[in-house]
Amino acid sequence: MTVDRVAGMALVLIGLVTMWESRVFPLGSLHRPGPAYMPVVLAALLILFGAVVFAMDARVRRLVDVGWPEWRHALAIFGACAFAACGLERLGYRLTIAAVMAFLLLVVERKGWALGLTLTVAMAWGSFFVFDTLLRVPLPRGPFGL
Amino acid sequence: MLETLQNLGLGFQVALTPGVLWYGFIGCLVGTLVGVLPGVGPLAGISLLLPATYGLDATRALVMLAGIYYGAMYGGSTTSILMRIPGEAASVMTCIDGYAMARKGRAGPALTIAAVGSYVAGTVSVIALMLLAPPLAAFALRFGPPEYFALLLLGLLVLAYMNTGSMLRGLAMAALGLLLGMIGIDQMSGYFRFAYGVTELADGIGVVPVAVGLFGLAEILLTAGQKEPPAVIRPRLRDLLPSRQEWREAHMPIWRGTGIGFLIGVIPGSAHVISTFVSYAIERKISKHPEEFGKGAVAGVAGPESANNAATSGAFVPMLALGVPGVPVAALLLAAMMVHGVTPGPLLIKQDPRLFWGFIASMYVGNIILLILNLPLVGLFVNLLRVPYPVLYPIVLVCSILGVYAVNSSVVDVWIMLGMGVVGYVLRKLDFETAPIVLGLVLAPMMELSLRQSLAMSAGSYAIFVTRPISVTLLAVGLVLVVLALRPLISRTMDWRARLPVDT
Repeated sequence: MTVDRVAGMALVLIGLVTMWESRVFPLGSLHRPGPAYMPVVLAALLILFGAVVFAMDARVRRLVDVGWPEWRHALAIFGACAFAACGLERLGYRLTIAAVMAFLLLVVERKGWALGLTLTVAMAWGSFFVFDTLLRVPLPRGPFGL
Repeated sequence: MLETLQNLGLGFQVALTPGVLWYGFIGCLVGTLVGVLPGVGPLAGISLLLPATYGLDATRALVMLAGIYYGAMYGGSTTSILMRIPGEAASVMTCIDGYAMARKGRAGPALTIAAVGSYVAGTVSVIALMLLAPPLAAFALRFGPPEYFALLLLGLLVLAYMNTGSMLRGLAMAALGLLLGMIGIDQMSGYFRFAYGVTELADGIGVVPVAVGLFGLAEILLTAGQKEPPAVIRPRLRDLLPSRQEWREAHMPIWRGTGIGFLIGVIPGSAHVISTFVSYAIERKISKHPEEFGKGAVAGVAGPESANNAATSGAFVPMLALGVPGVPVAALLLAAMMVHGVTPGPLLIKQDPRLFWGFIASMYVGNIILLILNLPLVGLFVNLLRVPYPVLYPIVLVCSILGVYAVNSSVVDVWIMLGMGVVGYVLRKLDFETAPIVLGLVLAPMMELSLRQSLAMSAGSYAIFVTRPISVTLLAVGLVLVVLALRPLISRTMDWRARLPVDT
């Protein structure tokens, strides 16, 4: 399976899902488009483009030849971001960012404790001070007002 | 002309008073610092600092707020070049070659070229603003929904046509971006589309989380786990300035970007974002070495950065000449004028010439302040690259999360950034360009609204697009681009026919 085949199929699939999801809105007519009109037109275009990409299959590179050597690191970073999204409004900004920084620096990158902890505290509390205190951008607080 | 020069002299008398100069400096400094923080763009910066100007007189307040605007526009390019994090849609194109230059140890020249390009574009477009404001503003007002739709369609076609890859893949990515732009409340009917109960999506998907995800996070996901982490760059003093060759390569793109940016910036609406995309696309198309784009081409930084800044001044044309805010930032400045008892519009020049011409002159002065301020900061910013990547990327990641969250105080935006990061990661693995997605997302709501408004104006007749001179011209240009893109396909077919034996 080549890269273009996979990409073409993914585009067609996104187009089909959009069309299916658009059925709940009035389509309107060619002369009086409704809220589903533009999404359906765009989905149709995406299906067309996806089908042509699939059919032309211009790239000979196969999907298995695309290397993913960094996937473990990428997964860890993704997990840290997901944790941040979950924790920001529950644990508060400072605790969440401190946990993310400590995890990435100490666990993923295995940096020394001194550097890791210094940067963790500096980023979590320093960025909070700049944004929340100085710029008055409200950042979430967690337990004990942290 | 003589009268204009006299008026400008009056303006400089106002702009060069120590008090006004000081507030211009403060505005540029705060704007640059705010712009450097990812996610906090000019709009947020001006909104945050607007109350601080209430105690000032109108000229000082306006000069300071305008300084924040230019400063933030320039500051946004710093994170784009050094960390591949675009603070807003207008910085997306700078990310591509600016960051590639930084990775090649040319961050200093990239930042310097961005600063000088911004200065040239800012200054030239202020001259154009001064001389052409009334006629250009009148022209801009002829842009109704049909013209707007044609322009947006043309913008997408230009981008897709000038893609390094195929037009097809560019259009597919743009269609994907346009589809993302369909999420949220339909402005004509009030239907809540594709939101699945997430009320934060009522206003649609924000540009900042998408751009930061597709560019910043995707880059981190791709780079952090490499067996060989990117080398630490230790810039030397002489590496901070562009070489003679780099100046030569930047020279013409700066002028072209200035022209494109100013003309597109005049048009009301967020179409000014197109200017950076169009500038980049044109530079790539006319370059003798298009293969260098994406790998650190100087023109890929000089053109879009100049276009971005010229569009900034262009956006002031309808605001000052007609009192019509073309972009959200202009609307904020307009509000600031009203707070200070100034009524913007055609009568402003006559009623308050000191304010009008003082503001114009302060734009010249502001550009010089920005240049003086930013050139020494280049050395400071470039030192960020001395930090090893395994230490740098967690900091960049936190800045991205913070910046994205700060725009709307919403974790939904953080999730969007995360999703877009994964999409960008996969697309880059598969060699798809992600910039058209951002452009599609920005243009989608405007495009849909202008199409439906046009049809409402014409009682459902599509003839409205071909009976109005501006829209038909824009559509014709778009058609030419499509034909040009299809030409290789047609000529290949012709060759195939020519190779057939002649029937005798």
